[in-house]
Amino acid sequence: MTATARALVVATSVALGLALCWAMLQLPAPSIDLRTHVEARLDLAGVAHPVTAVLLNFRAYDTLLEIAVLQLALFGVLSLCGAAPLAGRRVAARPEPLLQSTAGALAPLVVLVAVYLLWAGARQAGGAFQAGAVLASGAVLLFLAGLMPPWQDPGAPLRFALVAGFLLFLLVATLPLPRAQLLRYPPHAATALITAIEAGLTGSVALILSGLFLWLPDENEEAEQ
Amino acid sequence: MSATAFDLLLVLALLWSGLRAMTVPDLFRAVVTFIVFGLLIALAWARLDAPDVALADAAVGAGLAGALLLDTVGHLRAKQGRPPS
Repeated sequence: MTATARALVVATSVALGLALCWAMLQLPAPSIDLRTHVEARLDLAGVAHPVTAVLLNFRAYDTLLEIAVLQLALFGVLSLCGAAPLAGRRVAARPEPLLQSTAGALAPLVVLVAVYLLWAGARQAGGAFQAGAVLASGAVLLFLAGLMPPWQDPGAPLRFALVAGFLLFLLVATLPLPRAQLLRYPPHAATALITAIEAGLTGSVALILSGLFLWLPDENEEAEQ
Repeated sequence: MSATAFDLLLVLALLWSGLRAMTVPDLFRAVVTFIVFGLLIALAWARLDAPDVALADAAVGAGLAGALLLDTVGHLRAKQGRPPS
């Protein structure tokens, strides 16, 4: 990239950033107070935290589509990898004992933090996606320390576990179909349904996010084949 | 007063790390600066009273995206024949 082209790109980006800052400062105050509306109906939602109530009850359709998008991203990665086992790919070059013992000691703590985030999501900040992301980070840490091999040729249980969260969410969404409705929780069962959906989502999101890292093909070995 | 000073420092650090991540020639340093940028963004979310978004952004933006980018840098260097640092 020539120097003038680079200068032009930098100038355009800076101008766009300044324009965005100016536009943000010009925004009027919101006309509806969303927080009072949500908190007025919080007892119908089944959870005590307004963010979780909005994500998993009032706007659950958005969360369902978000999980579907994550699934599609993983299917894209899987289609690049194929099913051929690549022997010895991306093993840690120098397994270091200090890193391995530290990662091994941290792994149960990572699981504990993830389960706590999932449980705390009903009352305070937390939730399924955060718990799944922490679990995926733990899996990546274990892989980088050399304690977990990369995933090759996913078997049936792993494939099912990848889509189980989305399927569970879809099942709960289509339960009210006999009444010609979609994705409505009866208020007395809302807490149980949300807990089940969140648990499924945690597992699936953890597997999808760690699969994005652990299934990436090694281009050098693919080029040689 | 101290909250405003902290916010100002945070904004300056965000702008500086963002600029550095894009302009430093060494790819490894750029990725490390990007991870720092992700952590500062999570701090900004926390200052905006959005702890759920801060948690998710710290885990995905700084953690997983950083790890993926470091892996990419290693692959690029192996392709070019240099040993991955």
